[in-house]
Amino acid sequence: MLLPNKKGRFGPYGGRYVAETLMPALQELEAVYQSVRRKPGFKKKLADILKHFVGRPTPLYFAPRLSEHLGGLKIYLKREDLCHTGAHKINNTLGQILLTQEMGKKRVIAETGAGQHGVATATAAARFGMDCEVYMGTEDMKRQELNVFRMRLLGAKVSGVDAGSKTLKDAISEALRDWTANVRDTHYILGSVLGPHPYPMMIRDFQSVIGQEARQQILRTEGRFPDVMIACVGGGSNAIGLFTPFLSESEIRMIGVEAGGLGIETGKHAARFASGTLGVLHGTMTTLLQDAYGQIQNTHSVSAGLDYAAVGPEHSYYRDKQRIEYTSVTDDEALSAFRLLAEMEGILPALESSHAVAYLIKLAPSLPKGQIVIVNLSGRGDKDVAQLSRMEQQNEPD
Amino acid sequence: MSRIEAALRNVGMKGEKGLIAYVMAGDPNLAESGKIILEVEKAGADLIEIGVPFSDPIADGPTIQKASERALAKGVNVRNVLDLVTDLRRQTKVPLILMSYCNPLYAFGIERFFKEARRAGVDGLIVPDLPPEEARDFILQSRKTGIDHIFLAAPTTPQERLEKIIKVVSGFLYYVPLTGVTGSELKGKETISERIRQIKSQTEKPVAVGFGVSNPEEARELGSEADAVIVGSALVRIIETAKSDPTYLTRLSTFVRSLKQVLRS
Repeated sequence: MLLPNKKGRFGPYGGRYVAETLMPALQELEAVYQSVRRKPGFKKKLADILKHFVGRPTPLYFAPRLSEHLGGLKIYLKREDLCHTGAHKINNTLGQILLTQEMGKKRVIAETGAGQHGVATATAAARFGMDCEVYMGTEDMKRQELNVFRMRLLGAKVSGVDAGSKTLKDAISEALRDWTANVRDTHYILGSVLGPHPYPMMIRDFQSVIGQEARQQILRTEGRFPDVMIACVGGGSNAIGLFTPFLSESEIRMIGVEAGGLGIETGKHAARFASGTLGVLHGTMTTLLQDAYGQIQNTHSVSAGLDYAAVGPEHSYYRDKQRIEYTSVTDDEALSAFRLLAEMEGILPALESSHAVAYLIKLAPSLPKGQIVIVNLSGRGDKDVAQLSRMEQQNEPD
Repeated sequence: MSRIEAALRNVGMKGEKGLIAYVMAGDPNLAESGKIILEVEKAGADLIEIGVPFSDPIADGPTIQKASERALAKGVNVRNVLDLVTDLRRQTKVPLILMSYCNPLYAFGIERFFKEARRAGVDGLIVPDLPPEEARDFILQSRKTGIDHIFLAAPTTPQERLEKIIKVVSGFLYYVPLTGVTGSELKGKETISERIRQIKSQTEKPVAVGFGVSNPEEARELGSEADAVIVGSALVRIIETAKSDPTYLTRLSTFVRSLKQVLRS
């Protein structure tokens, strides 16, 4: 079944909850996307730039030492960290910048949490000669100062958002306000499978290149599908991008890993499926962390990219259908996984992706020897090095 | 005809334009909001719009965002706002409209909200992040309870959407004259007047215009074509001085009177 339906619904989830001012722009975006997505010219342009500019296909890397260490599994890492700009985000921003061109708009805006989507948008804007403004919570700007500087080097204006929790949620609100004011000449490049229709569908499609490649790669190398696939879930674009082309293979176990922060029981986390309920945030109906009166709760995660109160609506749908399992790991577990992958494989994963690796470590003892596991390494950890160094200094005893 | 529509027609019959005043419930606190609303009515507001605070108000500019934060810091929720309305209903007949983002309403339960809102004496509802496409349950409950569901139209709304909105709207049509959030700067007043004339020619329902009306001069210009003018951020900016200036109510009242003054002539 092709999802979402015409109203942008994945079962009860999704839809389009925005101010009237934005409705015509969303309808235009949907129409332009539907008309160009299958056109050979558009597909070729996107494929070319993904190949020559981003460096796709990214490797499906067999991790020999980690496989051995975790009891003889066959662990493959989908190396989205090797994409130009360091994460899977660029797959989406280039797709959307081509649509921006189609719509004849000259300015793009974006929100960013960890800064990866902001960098990917700034990069796409520079490449296509468009004005770019990125909204970022001031708290995240502190955590990810290197990415702030990168965006500025790429010619983007980075605007700090000082409202609310000063993180991703507030950056999205501010980007939506900018879009409301400048909708006629500006396109909003949303960074994950969130927001009003058609964003969750369109971004899933752009990110599905991850799974399409992985499918071919694993069949070529192993001659069969994997047994387990694991990806971290903030909004959930890297996960849905990897999983979508495998969804019809019902024997594959798919696991999305949310940010457990300081632990679910502390309330300081971003695990929507652990304690979230149905609600509407930033244009979409999905599973949210909110209080009994519908106020959005502040979230916590060591990883800025997973630190958000809502999960993509399609994930809520697959959770209900029990097609994808969702779980969480804590900050500490993610940090240990970061170190293990660095020491075992010579790869620094993004703190976001470290959540997927951390769950692999937890799951491994229960998996039979020889099982094939694909973990999505959605981004690289260079951006997190300064933060880790700060945390280490704080933890050192006097 | 609903109380909202009747109030606006009544104002029109006197040759005046309506003034709709927006007040955030719970800013600076709930008891004070009650006083503010009665004072604003006394000063000449024909209808009152009561804001329900929300943590992520995407259609609001900084002024109302901060009012929302102040109200949330006091722990104000939908239940409290309905209690405030119940209390006000014993003291005034002025039409009361709640303005809330959709999530607090979903959390409360749509059917339950409309039922309790009617019992409290709410006359209308505005949900800025709920376009007609997603409003089926709201429209159904609105018809069942007689609480008007007021939809918005924007400068970007094309003709065929406008027709759909007009079909489902009750009470009045809320025209946003600018692309932007509440409290933005108004530009291009001639085009705005032209657009309001064009909308008026398509519907019998009253048309109120709001977002960005900050002084009597602007109220007069926009009021020349519309049936009513909605003023929010400009009032909230006076209310936010409540803590530091005990005379703020007098200033608020003077300001509201000056707005209504220009809408009378």
